[in-house]
Amino acid sequence: MSPVSQRNRETDSAQLPDDQPALVAVRDAGVVRNGRLIWEHVCVDVAAGEFVAILGPNGVGKSTLLKSILGLVPLTSGEIRLLGHAPGRANHQVGYLPQRRTFDASLRIRGRDVIRLGLDGHRWGIPLPGRRSRAAIARVDELIALVDAGAYADRPIGQLSGGEQQRLLIAQALARRPRLLLLDEPLDSLDLPNQAAVAALISRICRAEGVAVMMVAHDVNPILAYLDRVIYLGHGGAVSGIPAEVITSATLTALYGTPIEVLSTSDGRLVVVGQPEAPAHHSDRHGGQP
Amino acid sequence: MTTPTFTWNLIADLRDMWSLPFMVNAFRAGTIVAVLAAIIGWYMVLRRQSFAGHTLAVVGFPGAAAAIWLGLGAILGYFACCLAAALVIAALPSGARRGYREESAVIGAVQAYALAAGLLFIALYKGFLNGTSALLFGSFLGITTRQVTTLAVVTTVVLAVVAGIGRPLLFASIDPDIAAAHGVPTRDLGAAFLVMLAATAAEVGQITGALLVFALLVLPPATAQLITVRPGPSMAVSVVLAAATVWVALFVAYYSPYPLGFWLTSIAFGAYVATAGIAALNGWRRRRPQPVGARA
Repeated sequence: MSPVSQRNRETDSAQLPDDQPALVAVRDAGVVRNGRLIWEHVCVDVAAGEFVAILGPNGVGKSTLLKSILGLVPLTSGEIRLLGHAPGRANHQVGYLPQRRTFDASLRIRGRDVIRLGLDGHRWGIPLPGRRSRAAIARVDELIALVDAGAYADRPIGQLSGGEQQRLLIAQALARRPRLLLLDEPLDSLDLPNQAAVAALISRICRAEGVAVMMVAHDVNPILAYLDRVIYLGHGGAVSGIPAEVITSATLTALYGTPIEVLSTSDGRLVVVGQPEAPAHHSDRHGGQP
Repeated sequence: MTTPTFTWNLIADLRDMWSLPFMVNAFRAGTIVAVLAAIIGWYMVLRRQSFAGHTLAVVGFPGAAAAIWLGLGAILGYFACCLAAALVIAALPSGARRGYREESAVIGAVQAYALAAGLLFIALYKGFLNGTSALLFGSFLGITTRQVTTLAVVTTVVLAVVAGIGRPLLFASIDPDIAAAHGVPTRDLGAAFLVMLAATAAEVGQITGALLVFALLVLPPATAQLITVRPGPSMAVSVVLAAATVWVALFVAYYSPYPLGFWLTSIAFGAYVATAGIAALNGWRRRRPQPVGARA
């Protein structure tokens, strides 16, 4: 993708057309969990087909934002609309990839079966052979091709590398043809070449399938080239816009109320210095029960 | 009982065995229990709830001993105590999902106390000492037709429930977070599974004894999961292995002076070790250098 087209797209999405309804609308939302304020006064809009990153220091509640969009964490103030519905009412149109490390190495289930569960794993009863079953098998094959997982989709998922597992889980999240993908640190625990490859894959799917992506990221650099917008989250609110406007010393200093410096390296990577690390709340990270 | 003589004519041997009503009941009960254990155990291995399964089985021992002491019959004791224990475990905070690592000390303490309580009930009953070994390590003697009927009814009910919830249960077992986001009631399914596991442990305990339930509940499913990674065939292999284990063990135990529990466990363990050995050998062969496929 050339830098020029990249800039054009950023400009387009910066001025969202008014007639396009937002997939996700977060209005002055706040969450308090166990007596601790996670964040408040957060306003976020995501339009169809946008690729948006959610950034911020550890413990600021990035995963909580995804979970509250899904209705897994209740809001204590404000409102969230997902596809025009209250949270939890339209989850079948959302693909969700929670934060995780990896599957247990001894798990004896194929990647193909994991994808299939994303398609019809929520249904009761035994999957009987028939038209629906054939369609499901065809859809799973299609998804395996989409994420280039043909070489390892029939092996036990626990024995695959982190990058291979992540591709299969992205395929699983896409199984029901969602309009929105919520990805929680999908590049976490991947090596650098795999980070780049999975980031490119997510971007390609976002464009090809017309799926909007909200992706929690610890490091913006692997996805910087693909992003339409970033949302920087702080305890007192969120700032969103194109990366060049949001990831600046002035914006982040204002958001966090503490001096923050954004440095740009010669190869275009951004380094944020001095952002406050919230006190560690490890119990909430890595897939704790919402 | 006269000592039966083994001939190499296996059909004649079986016919000889099945002329005895208690052996017919033993084969019936063993097969019913094997099928149930193979299916529920398959999920248990996948969910890594072996520790809970063992606890439920051990709790069956004081249940059965107390029921015998009170004159209520062992069967009632097994089911009542195992199901009650399952409800307690399910009610523990975060019990059904990921709490076992933290609660292992609690569960271990409950296991120890259950064994101790069982010994107390046996001491209270007096003159029951021959039955202790049967309650702990299994026996194929004295299985009544009524007991076979009870086992069959419970197995049918549990398997019908598995047919209904098996797919979401599989989803919730592999990936509870994503399953929950797909609207699968993971917590309720976890509790339902514990109840089914308790019914299974109560059934298996009646054949293998409280301490050897894993001969049927863990070994055949674990072996099957090594043999194939496809869920359906894997469950089928698990059923075949469990039933074969029971049949061979009953056959051997009939002619040998050694107890059924030993044979059941040895056969199932032998099959597991052999399969794991072959799998390890295949894995070692596969790890030799190979050309790396093209990556995206």
